Amino acid sequence: MKKQKVKKVKPGVMARREERYGYLFILPWLIGVVAFLIVPLVQSFQYALADIRITPLGRVIRFVGIENYTQIWLEDAEFPVGLMGYLWQTLLSVPVIVTFALIIAMLLNSKIRFRGLFRLIFFLPVIIVSGPVMNMLTSQGAATIPALNIQAISNTMNQFLPGALASAVTEVFSNMIMILWYSGVQILIFLSALQKIDDSLYEAAKIDGGSGWECFWKITLPLIKPMILLNVVYTVIFLSNNEHNEIINIIQRAMFAGNKGYGYASAMAWMYSVVVTFIIAFFAILLITRKDAYEKQVRRIKKENKKQAKAIRRAQRRGRRYEARQKAASRI
Amino acid sequence: MKQDKKPQAVSEKRIYGFGRINRKKFNKDKMHKILFGSREKDGLIKKTVIYALLICIGFVYLYPLLYMISNSFMSLDDLLDTSISWIPSSLYLENYKQAAISMEYVKSLLHSILIAGVPTLLNVVICAIVGYGFARFRFRGKRILMALLIFSYIIPPQITMMPTYVLYTDLKLTGTLWSFILPALTGQGLNAPIFILIFYQFFKQVPNALLEAAKIDGAGYFKSFVKIAVPSAVPAIITVILFSFVWYWNESYLTQLYISGYYVKGKWTSLMVKLKSFDANYTSALQTVDSVTVSNNEAIRMAATMLTILPVLLMYFILQRYFVESIDRTGITGE
Repeated sequence: MKKQKVKKVKPGVMARREERYGYLFILPWLIGVVAFLIVPLVQSFQYALADIRITPLGRVIRFVGIENYTQIWLEDAEFPVGLMGYLWQTLLSVPVIVTFALIIAMLLNSKIRFRGLFRLIFFLPVIIVSGPVMNMLTSQGAATIPALNIQAISNTMNQFLPGALASAVTEVFSNMIMILWYSGVQILIFLSALQKIDDSLYEAAKIDGGSGWECFWKITLPLIKPMILLNVVYTVIFLSNNEHNEIINIIQRAMFAGNKGYGYASAMAWMYSVVVTFIIAFFAILLITRKDAYEKQVRRIKKENKKQAKAIRRAQRRGRRYEARQKAASRI
Repeated sequence: MKQDKKPQAVSEKRIYGFGRINRKKFNKDKMHKILFGSREKDGLIKKTVIYALLICIGFVYLYPLLYMISNSFMSLDDLLDTSISWIPSSLYLENYKQAAISMEYVKSLLHSILIAGVPTLLNVVICAIVGYGFARFRFRGKRILMALLIFSYIIPPQITMMPTYVLYTDLKLTGTLWSFILPALTGQGLNAPIFILIFYQFFKQVPNALLEAAKIDGAGYFKSFVKIAVPSAVPAIITVILFSFVWYWNESYLTQLYISGYYVKGKWTSLMVKLKSFDANYTSALQTVDSVTVSNNEAIRMAATMLTILPVLLMYFILQRYFVESIDRTGITGE
């Protein structure tokens, strides 16, 4: 068969019209992105490098360079500490939340009755979880599991772990119910992913003598891996935008504080978003880079084949060269 | 596994000669089967463990809620009485009354519904349109724009908060509902990227042939969107409405900043904002009303919390089916 040459064609009338309509459909969002994302982002970057005072005459903006940042790190009492606390706490509680959600989803996925009722209960927190409600409950001590002895845990932690980490662990334990409460959406995402796994896979594995444990690690986990990443990202975003989180309240207070103002708060927000991005990147790298064992093997064999082919070609080349030299020598 | 090694005859008997012989013979094999299960059925032990775990965790989940409900009905005497831990001695409604007075319940409730409802409707309409645009059209720069969409979800809103606040102040929009309507109108509402992605996922699944048929019959792009895509996306629309409403309801950070005012109290208020500053409001509100002053206690606080979440809770129990099935139907987890 003759190979058809693909001609590069200019988009036709239809394609161009489609393109126009596509832009038309997303136009509201495009406007929104420019007006409420890109422009504020740039402005906020400028704010972070400036000192903004609100005077009776209006806003006075004075460029101060990185002074806001140095001030935050060197003089602010609560922000760096809070940020470190937030970092540790998130790094700890995200795996707890996601693992817990996975366990619950797997329990719900087994053949049980009243699945609907249990789903109803586990999803309930999504509806009522919010900053003020959580604060109320936590302040009444309703957020801890009553049987858990927090004091004992905190004492042990303080002995074995460095300060920031220990307090984060204690925080996680003392707000155990709250952490469990954050896993409503994740449970449902996992559950619907689990229900989409083909049963024949498990049957095949069982015929080959795989135990339930092996099935979990070799079938379930690889298949729901994308969902794990999704849930991790969702959890991190949720935790960082939740009002129970102290950092965002500090930022809001700084916005209106007399000695700090918008510029200072912007600098805080930038640092905060760097930390959030770092956490997401950390989990993403942790979950993405691990390649499938099979894929790895295939890649290695391909590489070896290439190497061998190269070696063969080199040998042939050398052989030819040698022959030519021999010929030349014989001619003389 | 033990039952695997059973001779063939026994299992055949089980299939054909059901019952009698086996029921009499309560042997070790059968015991094992009941306890540990077979290939087809889970054993009793596994089942018990699963139910026990689920019930325990379910209780832990409901514990704060139960605590809240039981405490909100307690009078001061009940609170101090150590012998009463769960069930109050009498149905005491005074807490709710006090909480409702100090929160100006009816007014705040109406405001809350408006603050959550109007942006929700806009969110649904705009997110559907944008999601359709992303799912159904080919245009240059689509991948970059999708990346931007996800990026806009990831960055914390605090970073754009200050300039936006300044913008609203300049336009004199703070303290009005417009500061929520405007972002919702341009697809930047609360968690709008998630909703756009839900609609995107959903509209991708609409069969292409359907839309092509409509095109041949002379429907334009907008007509085929309204007449074909939207009716087929009803589950997604329900999901987005429910979640958007609940999230707007529970939002108090931005509500406090943009609508009810951080220091200067505006006209607007919402239940969440009221709850947030409940302790401060409580004394001042009761002084002006001049009723029988009951000092603030945890029962009243719990009653206030209960009153705040009651509307969404009711909504949840009425529409529970849509809530629980929502994630299945949005196809986040793939087809």
